[in-house]
Amino acid sequence: MAKKLGLKQKYQMMTRGLGWDTTYQSMDKVYPFDKFEGIKVHDWDAWEDPFRLTMDSYWKLQAEKERKLYAVIDSFAQNNGHLGISDPRYLNAVKLFIQGVSPLEYMAHRHFAHVARNIRGIGPAVAAQMQSLDELRHAQTQIHTISHYNKFFDGIHEWRHMHDRVWYLSVPKSFFDDAVTAGPFEFLTAISFSFEYLLTNLLFVPFMSGAAYNGDLATVTFGFSAQSDESRHMTLGLEVIKFLLEQDEANVPIIQRWLDKWFWRGYRLLTLVAMMMDYLLPKKIMSWQEAWEMYYEEAGGALFQDLARYGIKEPMSAAVARKEKNRLSSEAWAIFYQYTHAAAFHTWDIDEEHKAWLAEKYPETFDKLYRPRLDFWEKEAAAGRRFYNNALPQLCTVCQIPMGFTEPDDPTTICFRESEYKGEHYHFCSDGCKGIFDNEPEKYVQSWLPVHQIFQGNCGGASVEDVLKWYRMNLGADNLDFSGSPEDKFWSEWHRTASRAEAAE
Amino acid sequence: MTTIEIKTQSLEPRRHTFGNIARRYGADKSASRYDESMLDLQADVNFHYRPIWAPEYEIFDKARTKIEMADWYTLRDPRQLYYATYNIQRSQMVQGAEQQLAFVEKRGLVDTVDAGWAETVKSYLLPLRHFEWGANLNSLQITNYGWGAAVTVPTCFEAGDRLGMAQHISKIGLLFDGNSGDSLDAAKDAWMNAPEWQAMRKLVEDSLVVEDWFELFVAQNLAMDGIVYGLVHDHFDAAGIAKPGGMVVTMVTEFPKTWFAEQTRWVDAVIKGVVAESAGNAGLVSGWFADWSKKAAEAMRPVADKVLGADGAAAVAAVSAALSERAKKLGIG
Amino acid sequence: MTRNVSITLQNTEDARPIIEAIEADNPAAVVVQYPAMVKIDVPDRIVVKRDSVTERLGRDFDLQEIHLSLISLNGYIDEDDDEFVLSWR
Repeated sequence: MAKKLGLKQKYQMMTRGLGWDTTYQSMDKVYPFDKFEGIKVHDWDAWEDPFRLTMDSYWKLQAEKERKLYAVIDSFAQNNGHLGISDPRYLNAVKLFIQGVSPLEYMAHRHFAHVARNIRGIGPAVAAQMQSLDELRHAQTQIHTISHYNKFFDGIHEWRHMHDRVWYLSVPKSFFDDAVTAGPFEFLTAISFSFEYLLTNLLFVPFMSGAAYNGDLATVTFGFSAQSDESRHMTLGLEVIKFLLEQDEANVPIIQRWLDKWFWRGYRLLTLVAMMMDYLLPKKIMSWQEAWEMYYEEAGGALFQDLARYGIKEPMSAAVARKEKNRLSSEAWAIFYQYTHAAAFHTWDIDEEHKAWLAEKYPETFDKLYRPRLDFWEKEAAAGRRFYNNALPQLCTVCQIPMGFTEPDDPTTICFRESEYKGEHYHFCSDGCKGIFDNEPEKYVQSWLPVHQIFQGNCGGASVEDVLKWYRMNLGADNLDFSGSPEDKFWSEWHRTASRAEAAE
Repeated sequence: MTTIEIKTQSLEPRRHTFGNIARRYGADKSASRYDESMLDLQADVNFHYRPIWAPEYEIFDKARTKIEMADWYTLRDPRQLYYATYNIQRSQMVQGAEQQLAFVEKRGLVDTVDAGWAETVKSYLLPLRHFEWGANLNSLQITNYGWGAAVTVPTCFEAGDRLGMAQHISKIGLLFDGNSGDSLDAAKDAWMNAPEWQAMRKLVEDSLVVEDWFELFVAQNLAMDGIVYGLVHDHFDAAGIAKPGGMVVTMVTEFPKTWFAEQTRWVDAVIKGVVAESAGNAGLVSGWFADWSKKAAEAMRPVADKVLGADGAAAVAAVSAALSERAKKLGIG
Repeated sequence: MTRNVSITLQNTEDARPIIEAIEADNPAAVVVQYPAMVKIDVPDRIVVKRDSVTERLGRDFDLQEIHLSLISLNGYIDEDDDEFVLSWR
């Protein structure tokens, strides 16, 4: 009788040894990209595969997840599940999600295939290709879930077209374009470690729990189902970093530089999430600050203590993020409130109950700094003068967010930084973004900056309306304040119909 | 939430699908999950930066192949697979395969296989786990450099399939060697050093450095797979079927064989679509096919000779002829 | 200095026996409920034992099934046939 194989042995025999050192073609030609970054790997066999997943198990587990998920998606559509959400304003978070996040899932799918093909260690290559499949899953399940909302709500119908063009969507797009145009090890540090391990919890966990709290059964289901893959991805990120740090001391400063860069790049991207959590969710689960403390400061803090033994320090800009945590979401909301006529989601005036919540969560900042502004805008809107800012904003060359962040030590002064490169001036929102530019100016001068592109006539015309049409925005439906929007009217109508139907039964 | 069953005007959808799908359909009507899952999914404009590792290209770039298509999204997958249907189908296939393996193991059926034939099977089947790993890398490369999700979604599924095939073959080895792994070590040694495998290994290594991703698609999926699967699952298998226990080998290789039949439908649809687009495309594909199928046939000849002896040459010729016939139906001259 | 490791699971019927097993096998576990999810923090090390889940589930539990319920984690993973361990090594 054959001896029984344990999980580790089975994985080892079925996976390790599949690859070989090529001799008819040189290994450096077969794997042309895994040396130029200066990362040194002496022994790929030292790689630990914590999950030891073989394809047969992968197919079975993922099939099971998909059966469950699609049962929910089908039943959600059949039962008009969109009527069960807490408040139609909630849906604006979902719009931002499919416009900004789903295309990144697709990019991750393509680029993890690149990484899986181009690093010569079979352990990480297998983990990376499973992640490539997973990321495709996330893009497709998000599309299939949100497809139902698209039938009833605005701002969703052109998510793919908009992602490559609309000003605020260049924030997530440029983030991922930046990662995939880097070498494979920088990409892994950027996405697997900095984003997946350190920051993705901030996107998925509180946001998805918030979706559940707001009655969005469809989103919470794909969100948590995607998150079950995420644990594998986080682990890949953690193992990559540890492995590279252990392989050679010379890797340490390279990784440190990437960590400094990608922490800040990811954190700036999460500005949109901060706004979602504190302003877009009608029923709130936790504040951005609380989430930041739980998922970055506590969990990340434990991790950086662990990495200290390799000589790795907490990312340089983490101190700034700490100072910003009680203002980030309000600063972001102010930007989007002013420019919502040019955005494919709605904003609105904040009611007193919501203000009270913000005041409670942000006692040091909200009443003093942000309430007066919200009150003023509310008054203006009530007087028929809803404030829209018609001037095109200046964007940060790196993160591409309009310049609306304040000085780390002075929340009343907008932070401007500048660099000169080959006679041209470039502008930044922070020391973090300026530092990233200064390290690699030849990369960031290429940025497709939406406002520059508009001025150069590449976005459909000179007027705001021309540009919005080029974005394929339905004017008066996708954009502007929630109040008085088609969605606002439809929502009341749907619910009147639904309650008449119930009464008739 | 109460279930609302009533159909009234105001609960009707305001639109039926996404704008890009409606434009392709020419009307706003309900779309299939397959279409919504892949049409226009890849970014095609306004990339922010060029890859520092390949500054001559955009992040995705049509110039990565000489093939030209007016619309790459016409290259549809006839299986209409998206992630959920892919995994559900594969999990069903792999469960069937596992039951067969378990059946063989439980009854000790490998011991019934003619000893000489068992050695032969190990010598031709098990080194193919490395061929499959090469195919896995090539599928990843196509997924990496291809243009348009219509093609790169199924190529990513193929990458999973090829890893799965490599692992399935590994399981067959473990079945033969009582889970010691000795047969897998021997197969790797054969792949690296046995004279009959060197031409094939060289061909796989040559494919790993092909730059044009559609040439790679033709080389791997039509030419190399056409020769290798045809020889192994038809001719080699047939040679053993009359021997004691020969059926056992047929049974445990059912999974790759069934998979290949399904895979062929998709590969043929893609190639047919590319060839039908223009004479230029047809010329390129024909040239690549002629080159790679000839090399693949030559590379497998020593393996065929070892397995089939005097019948090796005829088997290779028959497989090549059948493959050329298949190619002709796809418009390849 | 002790540091927490952490695991977050969906609040579902599938995850219930896993959560119960973790509570039983990790006496220092702090369990916090959120909408649709449960976060469990333990100083230094969390173990999920296959036998403990099997006992509560009434059938053989394969530890890889944990992936169907897992939302997030913090710490290094080591998984074999009998135990799924998270720790700071």
